[in-house]
Amino acid sequence: MKVGLFVTCLVDLVRPNIGFAALKLLEDAGCTVVFPESQTCCGQPGYNSGAREISKVLARKVLSEFRHCDYVVAPSGSCSGQMKVHTVEDLFKGEPDEAEFVALAAKWYELSDFLVNVLKIELLPSTHSSVTYHDSCSGLRELNIKAQPRILLSAAGATINEMVDCEKCCGFGGTFSIKLGDISTRMAENKCVNIAASEAKVLVGGDLGCLLNIEGRLRRNGDNITKVYHFAEVIAGMAH
Amino acid sequence: MQVKSMHFKATSSMKLNDAVLQSAMKKAKGKFVDGRAAAVAEIEVWEDIRAHAAALRDRVIANLDAYLLEFEANATKRGAVVHWAESATEANDIIVKIARDNAVKLATKSKSMVSEEISLNDALEAAGVEVVETDLGEYILQLAKEPPSHIVAPAVHKSKEQVAELFVNAHHKPRLTDIPAMTLEAREVLRNKFLSADMGISGANFIIAETGTTLTVTNEGNADMVTTIPRVHVVVTGIEKVIPTLEDFATLIRLLPRSAIGQTISNYLTLTTGVKGQGDLDGPEQMHIVLIDAGRTKLVGRDMKEMLRCIRCGACMNHCPVYQNVGGHAYGWVYPGPMGSVLTPTYVGIENAGDLPNAATFCGECQVVCPVKIPLPDLMRKWRERQFEQKLRPWGERFAIGLWSAFATRPTLYAFSTKVAARVSAWWAGDKRRITWLPGLDGWTDGRDMPAPTGKTFRELYAARRSGGGRLS
Repeated sequence: MKVGLFVTCLVDLVRPNIGFAALKLLEDAGCTVVFPESQTCCGQPGYNSGAREISKVLARKVLSEFRHCDYVVAPSGSCSGQMKVHTVEDLFKGEPDEAEFVALAAKWYELSDFLVNVLKIELLPSTHSSVTYHDSCSGLRELNIKAQPRILLSAAGATINEMVDCEKCCGFGGTFSIKLGDISTRMAENKCVNIAASEAKVLVGGDLGCLLNIEGRLRRNGDNITKVYHFAEVIAGMAH
Repeated sequence: MQVKSMHFKATSSMKLNDAVLQSAMKKAKGKFVDGRAAAVAEIEVWEDIRAHAAALRDRVIANLDAYLLEFEANATKRGAVVHWAESATEANDIIVKIARDNAVKLATKSKSMVSEEISLNDALEAAGVEVVETDLGEYILQLAKEPPSHIVAPAVHKSKEQVAELFVNAHHKPRLTDIPAMTLEAREVLRNKFLSADMGISGANFIIAETGTTLTVTNEGNADMVTTIPRVHVVVTGIEKVIPTLEDFATLIRLLPRSAIGQTISNYLTLTTGVKGQGDLDGPEQMHIVLIDAGRTKLVGRDMKEMLRCIRCGACMNHCPVYQNVGGHAYGWVYPGPMGSVLTPTYVGIENAGDLPNAATFCGECQVVCPVKIPLPDLMRKWRERQFEQKLRPWGERFAIGLWSAFATRPTLYAFSTKVAARVSAWWAGDKRRITWLPGLDGWTDGRDMPAPTGKTFRELYAARRSGGGRLS
């Protein structure tokens, strides 16, 4: 089974460990993982900034890089939503290459969804942490990613202390976090309050953008204790 | 209403530090969010009703002309006069003329957001008519000389103490602290107005084509008083409010109060059909229905036509994390929240809407709760596209997108620049491995640190491992 890893631009630049955790999980499950090295970005920042044509150019680039794979997996609900939902329902709807994007969308998976529903992996307990999970918006509402990461975390031995409003947006929103920084910060602050109230010392999520946003606020608040990880890092035993 | 949407960013930053507002918003959340969830959970076929309602509204909008003419014919048959207003000014002129023709001195009003759109109160007051808002929230805001901050709960941003202060100043009675007592005091003041008004002005939640009925949903019953006591009744509403039948109303009313405030049904449903008939004890001698376009037809048949489905429940704003934190006034025009971020540019022009289409993280909650399934994030994105095409966003943002696009489409350049960026930012971050200030990104770093890259990109590390042979992870 040839699986293309779309590592995402943020993971590539900021936290490669998440990419390697995803790689390990996929390889441990017997997948042949390929990483097309020309990959850059799914185009979402442009798409959500109104730069529609540029986002289409990038979506076509992703298609050309991954069309030869049996599956494509990304450690992000947000980029996966862009490639599974927005290309098909909006960007290329009614266009000549629509069918190709429909085919790409069908084999494209967010990592936890792929591990649980396609590979059906079994994990060995590797942690005893109490964690709290933040549901990132695109994964949750566009792709129905809710149970999958929790199943994986529980299987890996983690206890999940659900926080209040775990489905509430953390305020990241891509460029929103810079354009309307004050509001974005307040939303991150609300999230930090709920994390603290959960009494978990580890925040886990499935999208690095949200995690950077929340971690950024935790650290600015002087909280250097709460750890922030992608679920892939936790379940691959690479949370360090 | 004057458009202040250009100031969204500055106003919202101020609102984040408004303690009274913040406390009011937190209180409101219980009813709006938890209340709605409970009311919706009672109905097993909620999703089916939503789908049916969305299709129904689409059918209406696709045949708007036919349903409106049917409405006009049936309303006329019952003795009402239907007026068509293309613009806000035209609507005000029509209503002022009706007031003048009937020597109206006092008009009572039940809640109408369309009247806020067209600044009807100002127009009537300029013509010498005293206008009294009779919805309790609207009455409070009229005393405070403020616009509504929410389409269903207009004074949601006010505290009990602020209202007590307004009542002391307006009613010249001892200060009250108990909400039922305050309500009673307002009721007594309003009772005299209800009984002495020459004109009653109401909005309409729906207008029904098959019967020529206009319909208002309230919890206070004030619309009953406004539509039946004065000799002249004026209905002011948007042309998109038409629905084909009473049966359709039965469907939509299952959605509206539940979505709005988690109520199974509102306390009052006021259906008004025509003028006082022979043998009727109550009812106006004249009924005028002013149907307003004011930008709505610009949506018909276009790529944002879904917005015309809106039944004005307010669920989108109630669940919007941006609205929840900044309140309605920050949006600077009649309609706050996601619906406002779509409607304001439509009705007052994208050049006057400022940041509104960008006032969303695209978290998608609004779309999930919308009872008529309006794809609000998609519509906001369409406005962002217009802003981008028309170069209405700041140059720095456009430059950044251009730069990002130039790099992201050139893999070799991208790999090199990210390699440099990873190193530079790791160095900039220092031992703490986080960046506290970054030129051009102060929107982020003003309130948050930026966790720093570790120094090498995934791409580099991957290539190094591959050249080492064996398993890559």
